[in-house]
Formats: sequence, structure tokens, C-alpha cells
Amino acid sequence: MPEIVYTPPEGEPVHVKLKDQYWAAFLAWLLPGAGHFYQGRYAKGFLFMVCILSTFIFGLGLGRGRCVYATDSTGKLNYYYLGQFGMGLPALPAVVQSFKTSGGADPFFVLCERFPADYPNRDLRFKKVDRTLDGDIPVETTLKDGFMAPPAGPINDNVADTLARWHFDYKHMFEMGVLYTFVAGLLNILAIYDAFCGPAIVTLAQKEELERRKKKKKGFS
Amino acid sequence: MIAVGTIILFSAIAKIWYSLPLIAVVSLCYGATRHEHLREILIHSVRTCIWVLGFMAVIFLIVVATGFWI
Repeated sequence: MPEIVYTPPEGEPVHVKLKDQYWAAFLAWLLPGAGHFYQGRYAKGFLFMVCILSTFIFGLGLGRGRCVYATDSTGKLNYYYLGQFGMGLPALPAVVQSFKTSGGADPFFVLCERFPADYPNRDLRFKKVDRTLDGDIPVETTLKDGFMAPPAGPINDNVADTLARWHFDYKHMFEMGVLYTFVAGLLNILAIYDAFCGPAIVTLAQKEELERRKKKKKGFS
Repeated sequence: MIAVGTIILFSAIAKIWYSLPLIAVVSLCYGATRHEHLREILIHSVRTCIWVLGFMAVIFLIVVATGFWI
């Protein structure tokens, strides 16, 4: 149960109880702020939780639940997910969806269905299926958008595929959603660091050392 | 003549509003990794906010200025 005492240049010494650092870091990864709650640092835990979770949820909303996905339909890693994975539990449904759809199965939580990419009428390709009007479209032939699921259907560099359709449908909001969720994941890495090592407070000794080096440098120049 | 680059820049200005919540959140989280008490965290995050916005303003002015030569 390490306790760190910081002596800042001004004010009272700061005592930080890190408890089990590894467990705190794991909890901080699992849910932003949870590691700090475990350590009894409630104010900071609440701050991290509100800031990071709201950023992630807002981004996910901007991308209509589609901007966080672990792999594409061929199983290739989505590189943005490396940052989004820092969010922990809130980003894990993307992994589940990737496993679920890897064999060609439909994702959980289907958000909408679209006419398949090989639909004979080119104008109707990727149009959303309205079951009240398009009742004759077989369920198994449609492309299904799932919550945090990979973009369905084949990837095509020359004609629009599902990912291109998402960008077209949601305009800049899809990109912003990716950015927000990515930044939220990276910010949670800072929170994990804080839960593991404590705050990076500049102590009195460090400040004096910095000033000493500065003076030394000035003396040489 | 108003440069084309400047027109393009101002047409995209609505998207710049998306940066404000991000700057606020990044500043708060960064401040929280440097201090333990809320008061110090807030002071640090306000400073970081001003620094980032100032940096963006400088880049904005450079882009506007270079827009006149496009």
C-alpha cells in the first residue's frame, strides 16, 4: 500500500495513497475514474469519469454508434481502435461484435438494414431497408449495421462500400465521432498513469534542481 | 480580392466549435495528472486552455494570411 508524499513549492504537503497500484490501474482502464474511486481519490475519479466518459459517449453519438469498431469485415484491425481501446469496458463491445461477425454472421444490436451491395438496381444499393415498404427483401441478404460492429459487406476501393456510406450519410459527424472516441481513449491512458503512479507534481526539490540547472546554463552562456 | 483559401477556411468554421469541448476536456484531464487538489487542477486547466486556444489562434492567423497568396 504505497503512500506518496509530495512537497510542492507552495502550500501543504500532498499525501496520495495508491493502495494496490496494479489493481487501481486495471480498474482505471476498465472504467474511467474507477481506479481513483478505489484509491479513495473521489474528486479526481469523478472528474476523470465525467470528462472521459462524456467525451466517449458524445463521440459515439456523433458517429451514430458506428464509429467504434475493432476490425473491418475482412478481420483487418481498425487502427483508430488502438486508441479507443484505452476506454476499456465501454469500447469492448466492438471486440465482441468483431468476433460475432467474423464468420459472416449478423451483429448484435442491429441499428439498420441496407440493400445489399450486389443489389441489381444500383440506385438502391446501400439504401436503408424500410420493412413496411420493402417487405420482399429477404433478411439474410441485407447488410446490417450493428452497434460498434464492423462495416458489413465487401470492401471496395473503387465503388462505395458500407464505410464510405457511413461517411456519406453522417458527413463530418462520423469523423468527429472517431476523433472524440479516440481522444477519450487516449485521455484514459493519462488517467491510468495517474492511478498507477500518482500525480506528476513538481516537488520543491525538483523545482530547486530545475532552477539550479537554469542558473548553471546561464553561467556558461 | 478575397482569397479563395480564406473563403474555404470560413466555410469550415462551424466544425471548429467541435474543438472547444475537446480542448476543455483535454485541459482538465492533463491538469488532473499534474495536481491532486481540484482548485490547482482548475487553475492549471484554465492555463492549458488559454495556451491551446492561443496556439490555435496563431495557426488560424497564419492560415488566413497565407490564404491571401493562394
